[in-house]
Amino acid sequence: MEVLDIIRPENQVFCKTGLMTDATLTYCPGCGHGTAHNITMEVIDEMGVVEDTIGVAPVGCSVFAYDFMAVDMTQAAHGRAPAVATGIARTWPDKYVFTYQGDGDLAAIGTAETIHCCNRGENIVIIFVNNGIYGMTGGQMAPTTLPGMKTSTSPYGREIETMGSPIKMSELIANLPGTYYVTRQSVHTHKHVRKAKKAIRKAFENTRLKKGLSFVEIVSNCNSGWKMTPNESNIWMEEHMFPYYPLGDIKVNGKLKQVA
Amino acid sequence: MSELRLMKGNEALAEAAIRAGADAYFGYPITPQSEVIEYLMDQRPEKRTGMVVLQAESEIAAINMVYGAASSGKRVMTSSSSPGISLKMEGISYLAGAELPAVIVNVVRGGPGLGTIQPSQADYNQAVKGGGHGDYRMYVLAPASVQEMSDFVSDAFDIAFKYRTPVMILSDGLIGQMMEKVVLKDERKRLTDAEIDEKYGSWATTGRKGRERNIITSLYLEAERMEQRVRKLMNKYQRMEEEDLRYEMIHCDDAEYLFVAYGSSARIAQKAVELGREKGIKVGLLRPITLFPFPKKQLFELADQVKGVLSVEMNAGQMVDDVRLAVEHKVPVEHFGRTGGIIHTPEEILEALEQKIVKDGSIRHHTTREPSLL
Amino acid sequence: MTQEIIIAGFGGQGVLSMGKILAYAGMLQGEEVCWMPSYGPEMRGGTANVTVILSDDRISSPYLKVYDTAIILNQQSMDKFESAVKPGGVLVYDPNGITHHPTRSDIDIYQVDGYRLASEMGNKKVFNMILLGGFLKIKPVVKIENVLKGLKESLPERYHHLLPLNEEAINKGMQSIFAYDVEKQLVLEHA
Ligand SMILES: Cc1ncc(C[n+]2csc(CCOP(=O)(O)OP(=O)(O)O)c2C)c(N)n1
Ligand code: SF4
Ligand SMILES: [Mg+2]
Repeated sequence: MEVLDIIRPENQVFCKTGLMTDATLTYCPGCGHGTAHNITMEVIDEMGVVEDTIGVAPVGCSVFAYDFMAVDMTQAAHGRAPAVATGIARTWPDKYVFTYQGDGDLAAIGTAETIHCCNRGENIVIIFVNNGIYGMTGGQMAPTTLPGMKTSTSPYGREIETMGSPIKMSELIANLPGTYYVTRQSVHTHKHVRKAKKAIRKAFENTRLKKGLSFVEIVSNCNSGWKMTPNESNIWMEEHMFPYYPLGDIKVNGKLKQVA
Repeated sequence: MSELRLMKGNEALAEAAIRAGADAYFGYPITPQSEVIEYLMDQRPEKRTGMVVLQAESEIAAINMVYGAASSGKRVMTSSSSPGISLKMEGISYLAGAELPAVIVNVVRGGPGLGTIQPSQADYNQAVKGGGHGDYRMYVLAPASVQEMSDFVSDAFDIAFKYRTPVMILSDGLIGQMMEKVVLKDERKRLTDAEIDEKYGSWATTGRKGRERNIITSLYLEAERMEQRVRKLMNKYQRMEEEDLRYEMIHCDDAEYLFVAYGSSARIAQKAVELGREKGIKVGLLRPITLFPFPKKQLFELADQVKGVLSVEMNAGQMVDDVRLAVEHKVPVEHFGRTGGIIHTPEEILEALEQKIVKDGSIRHHTTREPSLL
Repeated sequence: MTQEIIIAGFGGQGVLSMGKILAYAGMLQGEEVCWMPSYGPEMRGGTANVTVILSDDRISSPYLKVYDTAIILNQQSMDKFESAVKPGGVLVYDPNGITHHPTRSDIDIYQVDGYRLASEMGNKKVFNMILLGGFLKIKPVVKIENVLKGLKESLPERYHHLLPLNEEAINKGMQSIFAYDVEKQLVLEHA
């Protein structure tokens, strides 16, 4: 059998979603951002709502999300994506509006926008990629950086007494009545990717049903910022990030899950 | 003992803050100035001098931390780059209104908006004309070397306290990222709390022990009192012009043509002066070191000597307006500058002088002025 | 005297540190020095370059269009900077990965087979020191002893055991630089 006999439509098991552009991803090899982009676009594609979807890109490594996601997108100032999304969603109430933000963007400079957007229960989806660091600017400490973790602005490790404790954003906003669905996922194995995609699907279905705010946190790696190989970073993430940021649903259909 | 080092502009600035006896630094990372907070965190200034260094959650928080520390008489600094400085503008207006001393550093990148991380001088107007709301000015220092990044920190603190005013160090990505030889100043001891009480107890909120209470505010609902406050500010700015104007003249004695340039553009223009003189064009350079106050009188006088002036800035033409005002239409004034993070070469500057001034120079009134890009 | 030098190659080839060591050595011998890197996203795996200026006078522009010397480590940089060498200036390059060799006859061109020599020495990281050695043989703008001091200063303490290897690399570079003839397109004599 020739190779060309194998490359046939009926043998295809995987294809790139049509809603990812052909632009080369600017993410470091091994970074979780690309996968998170991909499943978000797959969901939009599968729901058939591409013409009614408007995304908001943050400031962070994913600032160029608009180069990769083939939907209408607006790029917001650092941290302001939830306010920008509010402006769009309120004036276009039937659209599927989402933000895609990093932890520095969403949980440091944009905390006020995040909390008030969640508190108002805007009918949007927030996709929150938490890698515990400022990837874009060269690995500075984020609000989500783990205790003792070394970054370029915590070169001796994060000290709780002077720098505070890592913020658990999902738990924080789950306590606001405005949030309808809050979940924490990851995208570092096939199994986790499938689960994360389901969660994103659920989030956008909530938008369809006008249920209010859905918040999907994705705990991810930043192999460059953490100064590890991609594989090491995934192992480190399982061993250190997941105990602090446990995966799973936190709030479903407006009701807080009982956490053990 | 002064010390010789090879340092990046941003690092030299951070080291200078420790040595200037700063009590605190509050900042938020942004390219191309993140080395400032990274260097400070690495140096453990809390152990070296007791200086506080804190990474704030945003530039807005950082400038308000500055407002807090300044209101209680502490020597405090913050730094950022263009998009972050825009966020600080509200706080800077309040600092000016409440007459508080503080040092704000802008390592400028190209804009508007998120722009580019490459060097630029597009924040001239923001720094010099106010930026925030209300009738106020900042004293603006424009370093042109790593040495000046270091030296201007203590100078800035001195001015800030002399006038109780926010002072800006307006640098850019080029000066921030390049390394040069720098002679570091000796360490100045931080003031003790008792010394602060003694020196600044007449206005700072340090606790009303043995004195009348102090209030820091920028709110004056009565129009007369607000006007009084504005007058007081204007008097300060007048005094700055008389006592603390700074500039440098290079090859101006026999100059027939003049470049006006500050910061990294002045360095590049200086090379253009060398190239021009090699070609027989007698050109000089006026480098404003303070952008506010601006060397208006010096320009006015030079305009009697030269045949034309080229304002060289890495922006689409901002300082050129001030140059034109100072020259008062005595001779042609044009602008040259690249934008978007592109740095002009000395050759380009000289060519612009030859084209726009030597060859085509004419006095343009606002109705005939063309967009000055390239 | 002023020496204006551009060093250009890929990020990760030690371009910036080569420049830093040169600047540091210049400072130690009392000169004015300036080190101006390209920075930003273009560095992520892309090209990196640094301008180094040594002078006994105050240095004016850190940003230049033409240079006395270009040290070139990859093809992209060759394409960009061959034309930026002043007439009568010097171009030093590593032939590894170079498909279009320089062609100018109004400048002096030299080759150092740094990449191969570094591999032979068993540590590719000393590649930049081999080129630096070669350059210093042609243009002894700084003393080797000051280069070694500069190295010590810029290497973190935990790498200080590598200092002898770096010194060896510099010497190797000095012995292995050859003039390149653009007409005959071959390496000529020992420089
Ligand atoms: C007002 C403002 N301040 C600071 C910056 C610099 N900046 C760009 S991205 C970033 C942090 C991004 O970190 P995060 O949101 O965690 O995203 P990641 O890169 O890790 O995905 C910062 C501080 C900016 N662009 N604008
Ligand atoms: S810096 Fe970190 S977050 Fe950014 S692309 Fe690289 S690995 Fe991903
Ligand atoms: Mg992050």
